[in-house]
Amino acid sequence: MTISQLSVFLENKTGYLNQVLAVLAKYNINIIALTVADTSDYGILRAIVSDPDKALEVLRAEQFSVRIHDILSIEMDAAPGTMSRILDLFTAADICIEYVYAFSFGSKSILILRTDNREKSVAVIKANHLKSISEADLR
Amino acid sequence: MNDESRLKRQEARGIKKSTRLLTKESSVAFNDNHTRTKERLIWNKKIECMKSKDMRALQSERLVELVQRVYNNVPFYRKRMNDHGVKPSDIHSIDDIVKLPFTYKNDLRDNYPFNLFAVPMKEIVRVHASSGTTGKPTTVGYTKADIDNWKEVVARCLTMAGIGKDDIMQISYGYGLFTGGLGVHYGAEAVGCSVIPISGGNTRRQLQLMSDFGSTVLACTPSYALHLADALSESGYSLDDMKLRTGVFGAEPWTENMRLELEKKWGIRAHDIYGLSEIMGPGVANDCILHSGLHVHEDHFFPEIVHPDTKEPMSDGSEGELVFTTLTKEGIPLLRYNTRDLSTLNHEPCLCGRTSVRMKKITGRSDDMLIIRGVNLFPSQIEHVLLELGETSAHYMLYVDRDNNLDTLELKVELDESQLTDTIRDLQNLSRKIEHALNSAIGLHVKVTLVEPKTITRSEGKAVRVVDNRKK
Repeated sequence: MTISQLSVFLENKTGYLNQVLAVLAKYNINIIALTVADTSDYGILRAIVSDPDKALEVLRAEQFSVRIHDILSIEMDAAPGTMSRILDLFTAADICIEYVYAFSFGSKSILILRTDNREKSVAVIKANHLKSISEADLR
Repeated sequence: MNDESRLKRQEARGIKKSTRLLTKESSVAFNDNHTRTKERLIWNKKIECMKSKDMRALQSERLVELVQRVYNNVPFYRKRMNDHGVKPSDIHSIDDIVKLPFTYKNDLRDNYPFNLFAVPMKEIVRVHASSGTTGKPTTVGYTKADIDNWKEVVARCLTMAGIGKDDIMQISYGYGLFTGGLGVHYGAEAVGCSVIPISGGNTRRQLQLMSDFGSTVLACTPSYALHLADALSESGYSLDDMKLRTGVFGAEPWTENMRLELEKKWGIRAHDIYGLSEIMGPGVANDCILHSGLHVHEDHFFPEIVHPDTKEPMSDGSEGELVFTTLTKEGIPLLRYNTRDLSTLNHEPCLCGRTSVRMKKITGRSDDMLIIRGVNLFPSQIEHVLLELGETSAHYMLYVDRDNNLDTLELKVELDESQLTDTIRDLQNLSRKIEHALNSAIGLHVKVTLVEPKTITRSEGKAVRVVDNRKK
C-alpha cells in the first residue's frame, strides 16, 4: 500500500542539492523519482530511491536532516485520463490531496500521493482495487 | 568635543551670536524658525545651578534617609546590606555610598513583580514594565510623589532643549507599559507644550498630523525619527510642510554622528533624553543646547562610574559602567543600580550655567543587551522561548539589521530532525509558532528561518549569539 520516501531538508544555498545527490551516488543508491518543494528560505527534497534505509544512514552520517515517511503509491495504466480518473475517486470521497507526483518505471506509471486523510485514502484504494507499489516492485 | 570648539563650530555654521547662551544670566535668547526672545532655559535654577557643596549636602541628607527607608521596608535590601556587612548607621554622607552593595537587573527579576517596592501597594499609583532577561518583565511602581518628581525632571530636560509653552509636541514614543510615552507626556504638559499623544507607529499618520497640527517638537527614538525623515518624500510631504524645530530622542543608544544627521535631515536641533525604567523612565539626563554631555538630575539620581570588572569607582573621564542610586524614589528605590550602560562623568560646570554633573552619551553596554526599536532584548530571552517550546535545537543566531532605519530581527535556528516532515506546511507552521511565541514574550516581530542542524557556528568560550549589522 505504501512506499518509503526520503525527505531531506534543503537550505537555500547554491550547490546544496548537489551535495545530497553526491552522497547518494557515492553509495551507489539509485534515484527512482525526485521532487523538491521550495520556499524562499529552504526546501524539502522528496525522493524514492533504490535503498531508502541505506540512504537514510549515509545521509545522516553526512550531517543532513533526513527522515523516511511511508507514502501512498498507486500503479496506473500508461494511458491518457488514468490519473484524472484516480484522483476523481479521492475527490468523490472528500479527500484533499496535499502533494502528488508521478513517474514511470519500466513500463509502469506510478503515482505518489499524500492526502489529508490516510485511512480514508487506503479505503478508497482497496474499494476500487487500485494496485499499490512498494520498493520491492522497483528493484 | 569641548564647549569652546562647539561654540566655534556653531559660529562656523552661521548660528547667530544671539542664539547662543549668555552664561552670566543663565538664560538664552535665540532665533529659530520663529522669532523668540528671552526664554526660560533653566526649569529649576536653584537645583540645576546649585553649588557643588550644597548639592553634596542635599544628596547626603537624601542618601541617609533612603538607606534607612529601604533597610526598614524592603527585606531584600536588609538582607543584601547585612550580607555585605553594612548598616544604615554606617552611612553619614554621599561619600559613604561606595560602602553600599550594587543592585542588578536580575535582582528586579528575582523579586518579580512587587517585592522591591518600599511602600504598600495602596501608595502605588502607577506600574510600568519592560522586558526582563528571561521572560518575566521588569516591574516598577510609582507613588504620587514619584510621578511628580518624574514630571519635574522631564520638565527640566525639555526646558534644557529650549522647549516651552509655544511648542506643539508630538509624542511618538509608545504609550503603555513602556515608560517612554507617558514619561515624556507629563513633563511636556508641565512646561506648557500642546501635547499630541500620538504614540508610536503608523508613519503616514505621524507625518499627516505633524503637517496638519504644525508640530514643533518630535519625541521618539532616534531611529524612528530617521525613518520618518526618509518617509517624508514618499508620503508626498516636504520639509516645507513641517514646522518641526526640535527633537527629543532617546530610549536607545545613538551616536553624535546620528544626532548631526537628524539635525540635517529635519533642519532641527536634536537632543538626547536618557533614562531607563528601573531608575524612572525618560528624564534621568538630557543634553542642553551645547550638546556637551547630558546633565544628570543628580538631586534625584546619583550617578557613579565603576570599573566593569572590578566594580571599583572610577574618576571623571574614565569610561565604565554607569550606576545610579535613586535618592528620592519611594515606589521602587534602587541602591547603586548597575545599568551596564558605558559612559563617563564630568563634574565641571557647563557653559550653559548648570552645575549638574554631566554624563557622556551612552556608547555601548558591558553586557549583551540589545535595544531594538527602544525595546530591551537579551539573547537569553530568545533562548528561553526556544527551550520552552522544545521543538527546535537551542542553537540559534540572531541577526539585527536596519532596514529603512527601522531595526529588524531575523532568528536562524537549527531544525530538530524529529520535526522534519515531508511537507513544507509543517515547517512553516513551526516557524510561525516560534514567531508567535517570541512576539508574545518580547513584544517584537522576529523573522524565523529554519536552518540545517549543526550549521550555526559553535564558538569556543563565550557563545556569540548575535550579529548586529546596524550601522554604528
